[in-house]
Amino acid sequence: MTPLAAYLVVAALVFAIGLAGALTRRNAILVLIGIELMLNAANLNLVAFWRYGPHPEALTGMMFAIFSIAVAAAEAAVGLGLVISIYRHARTTDLDQMNRMKG
Amino acid sequence: MSPVFYLVAALTVAGGLAAVLLRNLVHCALAVTVSFAGLALLFLSLDAQFAGFVQILVYIGAVAILVVFAILLTRGSELPSGEIFSRTWIAGLTIAAGVFALLGWAAIESARALPAQTAAPAATVHDIGQALVGRYVLPLEIVALLLTSATIGAVIVAMHEKEPSR
Repeated sequence: MTPLAAYLVVAALVFAIGLAGALTRRNAILVLIGIELMLNAANLNLVAFWRYGPHPEALTGMMFAIFSIAVAAAEAAVGLGLVISIYRHARTTDLDQMNRMKG
Repeated sequence: MSPVFYLVAALTVAGGLAAVLLRNLVHCALAVTVSFAGLALLFLSLDAQFAGFVQILVYIGAVAILVVFAILLTRGSELPSGEIFSRTWIAGLTIAAGVFALLGWAAIESARALPAQTAAPAATVHDIGQALVGRYVLPLEIVALLLTSATIGAVIVAMHEKEPSR
């Protein structure tokens, strides 16, 4: 297996774990953790392609990864703020119990 | 691939698995921090020093702390009494396994066609800074705007609203 393929397989594994967590857990915070794992796996792909692809001096993959990290941080802040707000309102973080749109 | 790569990859995957499977939410947050650290080490092993240290600063320093704050503010540190997986967990697991099978098959099948530059690229922080304020200055400004609005939005959403007399 070439180095790039090895990194891609690791990233695919982390992505699948994050997807499984986001799809199967009941707690909203764990779903956000799963989404963070998926974003991190995508970042690993971007950096791996930057390292082994042609023209690394253009820094394209690296820039994608840095902007992706910044957007993921904003997503985590807003997502966790929403979870806290919903908890204050409905007294639960269980997604199966969040079944009302009306406050 | 060196044994160090396999060790770090195993650490990353084990951290992710523990984060998804453990029952106690605080343990999950610690496990996902281990996974973030493993990913930072993988970035460093890819000669992306800047991305690796940004990963440590942003994910271990900020996102993990935010997750712990959210867990403590929602009393997630108490052990959940009921089932921790949703009723449709078999469908979710099947979808995740299918996605992994597809991605892994694509990566291994196309291994020979993938680019394989061996020389380590020289990306100093100076180069990255030049690129950020040169070619990528518009995305940088947009990200600055996004982070500002996200911070204000998160504060407003999570702010304790003054309840009128019940």
